[in-house]
Amino acid sequence: MPIDKIFKDDANEEKGERARMASFIGAMAVADLVKSTLGPKGMDKILQSTGRGHSVTVTNDGATILKSLHIDNPAAKVLVDISKVQDDEVGDGTTSVVVLAGELLREAEKLVTSKIHPMTIIAGYRMAAECAREALLKRVIDNKENAEKFRSDLMKIAMTTLCSKILSQDKEHFAEMAVDAVFRLKGSTNLEAIQIIKKPGGSLRDSFLDEGFILDKKIGIGQPKRIENAKILVANTAMDTDKVKIYGARVRVDSMSKVAEIEGAEKEKMKDKVKKILAHGINCFVNRQLIYNFPEELFADAGVLAIEHADFEGIERLGLVTGGEIASTFDNPESVKLGHCKLIEEIMIGEDKLIHFSGVAMGQACSIVLRGASHHVLDEAERSLHDALCVLSQTVNDSRVLLGGGWPEMVMAKEVDELARKTAGKKSHAIEAFSRALVAIPTTIADNAGLDSAELVAQLRAEHHNEGCNAGIDVISGAVGDMEERGIYEAFKVKQAVLLSATEAAEMILRVDEIITCAPRRREDRM
Amino acid sequence: MALAFDEFGRPFIILREQDQKTRLRGIDAQKANIAAGKAVARILRSSLGPKGMDKMLQGPDGDVTITNDGATILEQMDVDNQIAKLMVELSRSQDYEIGDGTTGVVVMAGALLEQAERQLDRGIHPIRVAEGYEMASRVAVEHLERISQKFEFDNDNYEPLVQTCMTTLSSKIVNRCKRSLAEIAVKAVLAVADLERKDVNLDLIKIEGKVGGNLEDTELIYGILVDKDMSHPQMPKQIEDAHIAILTCPFEPPKPKTKHKVDIDTVEKFETLRKQEQQYFDEMVQKCKDVGATLVICQWGFDDEANHLLMHRNLPAVRWVGGVELELIAIATGGRIVPRFQELTAEKLGKAGMVREKSFGTTKERMLYIEHCANSKAVTIFIRGGNKMMIEETKRSIHDALCVARNLIRNKSIVYGGGAAEIACSLAVDAAADKYPGVEQYAIRAFAEALDSVPMALAENSGLQPIETLSAVKSQQLKENIPFYGIDCNDVGTNDMREQNVFETLIGKQQQILLATQVVKMILKIDDVISNSEY
Repeated sequence: MPIDKIFKDDANEEKGERARMASFIGAMAVADLVKSTLGPKGMDKILQSTGRGHSVTVTNDGATILKSLHIDNPAAKVLVDISKVQDDEVGDGTTSVVVLAGELLREAEKLVTSKIHPMTIIAGYRMAAECAREALLKRVIDNKENAEKFRSDLMKIAMTTLCSKILSQDKEHFAEMAVDAVFRLKGSTNLEAIQIIKKPGGSLRDSFLDEGFILDKKIGIGQPKRIENAKILVANTAMDTDKVKIYGARVRVDSMSKVAEIEGAEKEKMKDKVKKILAHGINCFVNRQLIYNFPEELFADAGVLAIEHADFEGIERLGLVTGGEIASTFDNPESVKLGHCKLIEEIMIGEDKLIHFSGVAMGQACSIVLRGASHHVLDEAERSLHDALCVLSQTVNDSRVLLGGGWPEMVMAKEVDELARKTAGKKSHAIEAFSRALVAIPTTIADNAGLDSAELVAQLRAEHHNEGCNAGIDVISGAVGDMEERGIYEAFKVKQAVLLSATEAAEMILRVDEIITCAPRRREDRM
Repeated sequence: MALAFDEFGRPFIILREQDQKTRLRGIDAQKANIAAGKAVARILRSSLGPKGMDKMLQGPDGDVTITNDGATILEQMDVDNQIAKLMVELSRSQDYEIGDGTTGVVVMAGALLEQAERQLDRGIHPIRVAEGYEMASRVAVEHLERISQKFEFDNDNYEPLVQTCMTTLSSKIVNRCKRSLAEIAVKAVLAVADLERKDVNLDLIKIEGKVGGNLEDTELIYGILVDKDMSHPQMPKQIEDAHIAILTCPFEPPKPKTKHKVDIDTVEKFETLRKQEQQYFDEMVQKCKDVGATLVICQWGFDDEANHLLMHRNLPAVRWVGGVELELIAIATGGRIVPRFQELTAEKLGKAGMVREKSFGTTKERMLYIEHCANSKAVTIFIRGGNKMMIEETKRSIHDALCVARNLIRNKSIVYGGGAAEIACSLAVDAAADKYPGVEQYAIRAFAEALDSVPMALAENSGLQPIETLSAVKSQQLKENIPFYGIDCNDVGTNDMREQNVFETLIGKQQQILLATQVVKMILKIDDVISNSEY
């Protein structure tokens, strides 16, 4: 007797081969989607949102592309997830990780059709991943001791990262900027302290790193536009009407004159507050919240620069650079730490006025001003720069670097191949497949650059047969070349994360032999 | 449909709106129910054992779960059939009671149902089958008791515990680093265990996960991990020898619960209110400071002014800490949760050797570590992993391992895994069957056959020849009369489970057999299914 159904109405299940097929196809489709963006000659994608205004994003960043996709296939979601994690954790390599996972699954599919059990494939992949990691570890370069060399390593990494992005024209300029910014962080990975300000106009080359701090705000009317040796009080307090916070309090009066009195008292209170603030001996006051006209006027009278409505991050950063504490009460002027800077002035970038703090006490934070022809360019430039900054800040902590341009993949592939030859049993097929998947990355890079990938990869493989070879694909000249000479470096941490997460994701998808989809939650029809 | 007529030939209405309902009765009902139960078991069958496959589940909101844990699969499966729901309940109760073996119990029940179907075809009454199963399960449980072995371990020698946890973990995706995870689980359980009373309060073990890093970075923290940061960005990030005030009252002006109004009608009142308010904040902070607190952990938010005052007085504070976490902190640090500022005293402060903030990755994510607590009973397992699904799955796996370790502390008996226990029971039940006169004998024999299905599924999932392997192991057990031979899932080369160190807890196995039998009995007893047909 057939059972009609176990699941709810719209739920369905797919089993065995079909389930595996569905997840393989989904994952490979996603991988193929971002494949063409890989490498220095990768192409960009236009993303149009379905929201109002159909805003358009042009990007080359794997994580950004995948984030904006509406995906229904569960296996594809796994890939989107790993790319997101890669973005959070190391910032770069978001495309590579998806492409590698996709290639691993493509190879796995072939093995499965030739009747090798998924568990055997997983066992092989694990061995191969471990071996590949060892191979990389053997070849890492660590220049932590030598500050000069380390800096040049960082420069090279930044340039390698940037060359696949829109900034590749001015990669040296931007690499310099990124390295400087990261060095100022002094080992912290808190990228919040680097502020990126985007201003349309000018060209990308006009972007610059500012030693000080730039706040995208205007100076109040009638207040000094330039202050030397500024003492800054950074505050987070209400400067509109200072409400009585005791619960249930309300004003109830019975005559007009009383209203006037209370209004007077309120004003008096504000005046008191301003006086207290002034008692700190400051000449610049930055508040997170609004400053109403009345207190602003008072500040102007006292010759103090008052800046209102600096957002929370702005405040925090300002506190960080100037070394002041963020204050909310003003009764003890002597013990509040004030921020200091040499010069505050209003500057013009394009058509906008910004406030510039220079000569700050602590150099932890800094601002990068990006200029560019359009918003799309600026957005993409910000993403690219963010990638570079992430990679650099991670590299400062883990200073091991590798060569780039498909070199690490070839090194790993070679070791993995050797392992495959030594391993007995069906696992060796899987290990071999792993090495093929690794080689797919340089192949894709070459393909995207319009080069003869088969020829180049074969040459590369031959080169790598020699011990200690530094050969990789030089996309610019379209030939195999010495990566060390060309200065193409990548961070070890990024490569390792790509390798491990891609293997993990492939393993996860391979283990699945059944997909059960629940009925979509019904939304109330409000129409 | 059954219709009854009275003496005048008018129909009685027995079921309201009879024609809208479908009804199955008698042998058809049992067959249908058995088929549904089997269908559920079939889904889980391939997840059994160290080489079992995972299931991918897409939830109603499009979220994806990938898991191998029977209870989780069934829970999220969106089941509609009543009998299938019974199976879901079955695995859930195994999860609550034991924590592990949730897949095994369903596979077992499915096998029992399959055998029952055959007996029904022979014309044996379902109740007789049920009774036969009951007798057989008793035999099996007793036999398990007999073949079980006692484990000796204490705080220093916990190797046996680790081995057992590893057996549990080896069937999960985390088996890559099962050794370290098993050690973490065992250490965590031992840290909170009360060996005298043989009791473990698993609530004291908090499992926290954060995306990023590797599975290998997973660590055990002797203390508490809170996913919060200091309320003010400039407060110190590290406090040694902290005295912690644990508050459930906000740093905000009081909100009396009775309805009241404060009317401001004169300037003086306005002024006094203002003063009071300022004083209020001052007092709150002062009170914390007075009792000697060096860290304030609060369940509620702070007013901006209070926040600055705290910062100003050099009193670091954490806000919006959840209720459960707050309790854990209180337990770990030996402090008391204080609901009012007035009740704050020095004795009520919790103590911790080190409190520090740690940031992760490129985003601004920070966690607060509270370590070296006065009462080190509470521990946290901090899981790192490549993606969200991985972390969720690791959480479930660790939970299983924790449960196993706890069960071992409660009851030190173990049986051998890898299907060895099932095969031994099957032999015992088969031998016992001949002693029972009557129809039940057949049912008992069927039970023995059903027991074989677990090792059979194990062999099948591991890519071995199921029938061949099973019969070989069975004959080996019988010949040498040793109940340690099981299925060699990992292709190690021996099927002596003692050598492979594959153990399971005795109570877990017993519970599996008992629960599965119970549910099957229940299903067999149903002979009439009335359901609303689709509309």
